[in-house]
Amino acid sequence: MQSEVMFAGFGGQGILLSAKILAHAAMEQGFEVVWIPSYGPEMRGGTAYCMVVISDQPIGSPIIRNPTHLVAMNRPSLEKFAPVVKPGGVILINSSLITVGSGRTDIDEFIVPVNDIAIGIGSIRSANIVALAAFAARSKMVDNDILRKCVKEEFSNKTKLIPLNMKAVDEGQKAAEIPVK
Amino acid sequence: MSKVLMKGNEAIGEAAIRAGCLNYFAYPITPQSEVAEYLARRMPEVGGVFLQGESEVAVGYMIFGASACGARVMTTSSSPGISLMSEAISYIACGQCPSVFVNIMRGGPGLGGILPSQGDYFQATKGGGHGDYRLLVLAPASVQEAVDMVMMAFPLAEKYRNPVMIMGDGLIGQMMEPVVFPDHLKTEQLNTETWATSGMDTRKSSTRNLVKTLYLDPVQLNAQNLLLKAKYERMKKEDVRFEPYNIDSDYQVLIVSYGTMSRVCRTAIDNLKNKGIQIAMIRPQTLFPFPETAIRDAASKESCKTVISIEMSMGQMVEDVERCVQGRKPVEWYGKCGGEVPTPEEIMEVVQSYLTTKRKEQN
Repeated sequence: MQSEVMFAGFGGQGILLSAKILAHAAMEQGFEVVWIPSYGPEMRGGTAYCMVVISDQPIGSPIIRNPTHLVAMNRPSLEKFAPVVKPGGVILINSSLITVGSGRTDIDEFIVPVNDIAIGIGSIRSANIVALAAFAARSKMVDNDILRKCVKEEFSNKTKLIPLNMKAVDEGQKAAEIPVK
Repeated sequence: MSKVLMKGNEAIGEAAIRAGCLNYFAYPITPQSEVAEYLARRMPEVGGVFLQGESEVAVGYMIFGASACGARVMTTSSSPGISLMSEAISYIACGQCPSVFVNIMRGGPGLGGILPSQGDYFQATKGGGHGDYRLLVLAPASVQEAVDMVMMAFPLAEKYRNPVMIMGDGLIGQMMEPVVFPDHLKTEQLNTETWATSGMDTRKSSTRNLVKTLYLDPVQLNAQNLLLKAKYERMKKEDVRFEPYNIDSDYQVLIVSYGTMSRVCRTAIDNLKNKGIQIAMIRPQTLFPFPETAIRDAASKESCKTVISIEMSMGQMVEDVERCVQGRKPVEWYGKCGGEVPTPEEIMEVVQSYLTTKRKEQN
């Protein structure tokens, strides 16, 4: 069983970091993981995307054309990647910045006002963690407690950010409680 | 040590320290800059030296200097940077100084691009610099294997007193995978007594050591080349490494592929197996010495109709595959370059196209 999650947004949204924490949590849970950034001549405000592959088998190809899930943090990302997501997956749409839908009926379209939630708990900078926690809870890909531990570990050098990000995890998980359509 | 999630480039840096390398010289270039970034921070912590050269040309000679003194030394770069170091690599090979070079390949020729490629196969295995020399070339296919190969590279460089090159690509450098670091390498202190130019006060011997690359007397230069050749022949006998995949099946096609590309092929092979089509692969882990016998034997199997070399280049390794197969079976090539990485679906299509052509021919 292999899952592939595409995290996409603009540079500065913390795309690479939230993808890394998901990969870390999955690794802690005993899965094989690969984290593949789209590296290139990129800049703050430019596009950023990152793939996380999670599998119970050794991972072969790190090149994925059709991911099983998508976390879209801005509109260009949704438009670019929604059409290539495999049927049956989760597409998380950051409705604070994206006013359109995925146009897909064969996936679980999961609408979360990520930025608004982040602003509500104190800082827009926690938006990536809100999205991560919401996605992880909705897709049931990793255990909530392990995810929480990994977020904490990620910020172990910046302890003053831990309470904010713990709140982000809580709110993200709460957002995932909306029943699947 | 437990499992950690780490970027290939950073893992390579950590592995060097665990291999006892305390001298690291480099110049930044994408997609390998994180090795330098990591070691710039880590080397001072362990009492080592990181020095950023003014160019890759300078770095090459820093490596020559340090290795001539018997120090355990490494540099990392990416394709255009390795070209600039190639003159020094030729000198180091002639001077027989153990050292480790890591090439996190990007697309070429010229400045090319910054995305993964395997276009430096010829450069690494057939020369790069001038003269009759060889590098022992290791090709990792995962972050863990990159770590293991760095740990292996230093003892191999010292065994042969020859530069060793690790050929990764942009993906190996940039992606994160779980790694377990081996303990610190417990090797004998490198015996430099008889050859290193480390100064008379540190050595017991009363004879002068000399590392040189100029032999104006043709008889002497020929003798030096014969000595080097004997080492390269010994590498072929003792240090060929490869990984066979699905080789016990009645495969119709044999793939030869290395590094990142071999992982894509592995997925294609698994998918085809599910459809009832058997394909095997030989993955060279050393590009020089090349797994000649393994490839020849695998190609000779009766069920095997075609051999395909699949590379992120326009057909470089395929020449070595042809040399190994010696006309026993048709040898084909498939690849892309410039940062394009073929997908498993593409590989499946290519492999299947050879199966149908074969069937048509038989009818």
